[in-house]
Amino acid sequence: MKEISELNLPENVRYTDDHEWAQKKGDVFRIGISDYAQEQLGDIVFVELPEVGSTFDKGEEFGTVESVKAVSELYMPMGGEVTAINEALAEAPELVNSDPYNGGWMLEIKADDPAELDTLKSRADYLEMLKG
Amino acid sequence: MRYLPHTREDIEQMLQVVGATDLDALFSSIPDDCLRKKEMNLPEPLTEWELNGHMDHLAAGMGASPACKVFMGAGSYNHYIPEITRQLLLRSEFFTAYTPYQPEISQGTLQTIFEYQTLVCRLLGMDVANASMYDGASGLAEALLMAIRVSHRKKVAVSRAVHPLYRKVVETYFAPTDYEVVELPVGVDGRTDFSGLKDLGELACVALQSPNFFGCIEDLESAGKAIHADKKTLFVTAFSEPLAYGLLKNPGVCGADIVCGEGQSFGIPQSFGGPGLGMFAARQPYVRAMPGRLVGKTVDRDGKTGFVLTLATREQHIRREKATSNICSNQGLCATASTMYMAAMGGTGIRELSRLNRDRAEYLKASLAGAGYASAFTAPTFNEFVVRFPEGFSDTWQALLKKKIVAGLHLAPWYPELSDCWLMCVTEAIDKNDIDGLVKEVTR
Repeated sequence: MKEISELNLPENVRYTDDHEWAQKKGDVFRIGISDYAQEQLGDIVFVELPEVGSTFDKGEEFGTVESVKAVSELYMPMGGEVTAINEALAEAPELVNSDPYNGGWMLEIKADDPAELDTLKSRADYLEMLKG
Repeated sequence: MRYLPHTREDIEQMLQVVGATDLDALFSSIPDDCLRKKEMNLPEPLTEWELNGHMDHLAAGMGASPACKVFMGAGSYNHYIPEITRQLLLRSEFFTAYTPYQPEISQGTLQTIFEYQTLVCRLLGMDVANASMYDGASGLAEALLMAIRVSHRKKVAVSRAVHPLYRKVVETYFAPTDYEVVELPVGVDGRTDFSGLKDLGELACVALQSPNFFGCIEDLESAGKAIHADKKTLFVTAFSEPLAYGLLKNPGVCGADIVCGEGQSFGIPQSFGGPGLGMFAARQPYVRAMPGRLVGKTVDRDGKTGFVLTLATREQHIRREKATSNICSNQGLCATASTMYMAAMGGTGIRELSRLNRDRAEYLKASLAGAGYASAFTAPTFNEFVVRFPEGFSDTWQALLKKKIVAGLHLAPWYPELSDCWLMCVTEAIDKNDIDGLVKEVTR
């Protein structure tokens, strides 16, 4: 297990209490789970993602991630319509372990309210929460 | 475990240990209105030989007694059970084993289930099988729900030639949902008519049975092509007589996505309708949407082979509210019986037995046709087929029953349009003399 100080927590994404992250990418927002979350889960063997075109409110469950020891629900950091899912995860779910912020992204959404991003935790706040 | 009654001395000793004066005191914590006040209304005890005699007498009055010649299948088949199956099942390791959650103490049971899954996959031509379900009917209902999960669509089509009781169970499963079941009609040859498929809209799946309820062998290959014209629609194949796949092309080869059915034929007594064994298999990409449990083979950290429950995370004992089905206790002993049966018969044995069933059924079909009783359908059949009998055959049927011959199943209650039709079945338990005897009786 990594120490908290060893976690990869980029400055350019925002975090939720449930350990998802969101990042603005042009017109859309990308969503995934944090380095801390993938560490806690262990080897990820399956990611269940919604269909493109489905819509979710902030906090709503959009899928599940299954590791060798647990299954966890995934919750929307922001409300919006799914415009793309990371197809690569079907074949290579381990990308979430190895590269949670780039190759391991999960969804892209068209946000209902782009300002919702600012209500999410900054790196410093998230780190503070992890330290307890 | 031994089930021996307690003697008076045993009971007194136990009461002393727990410090109760008598049995009433021991059970004093049970609320008064929960206690039975009256004596049970039971006959006097019998000796073992009296009891055996009594049971033999009851059994002799049943249409299923060995003295009867039963030409009825319709989802439950009278097949010979090899002695090896009956004896091995009596081993207490198999007989008393409960759900093998703890792999470290359940290796034997887990390995047996793994072998079962392997044999089912080979028989059906599929990638992955679960550790069994209740029976063929609930297996079909689960298959349809699985297709809905996979396709994210809400409508399924089921052939009218699928066993009527399977369709009833599907109705029950679907009643509280907002999913829709539509029926595909049966053509004049006894097989499912696909001509209206295109007009049914977006379907999660199309379900057929082969051999179907009328014994007719569906053309699974061309059905699969028609169904897969819509790439999102899954092809579900059901069966009630797995022995047929000893001769016929298996559903996997014909393009099925999910295969489900009744495994009673393989080493499980008919027992007046239960318990049965739900066989269930699918293609690898759908494994996570499968109901029930799976046993996988792996290695421990020393590299030694071991067996474990896999994908248990989708099961109700871990995430009840997220479970893919409520199947909670598998048909472990029945699955074990069918594993022993399949292993004992081997591929060649199943093929030979399959041929014997087909040949004998064809002999009865030809004999009846020769006597003027034609088959209702022209499609090829396996060990069952539908015959039209002249008006008044119901009386003949009743008269034959008195002579200990069960001359098929009358289809009228299930298919009013086939009110003059009977479903006949011949397995290896019926020989040429029995067949000649039946033909002689009905032409009398």
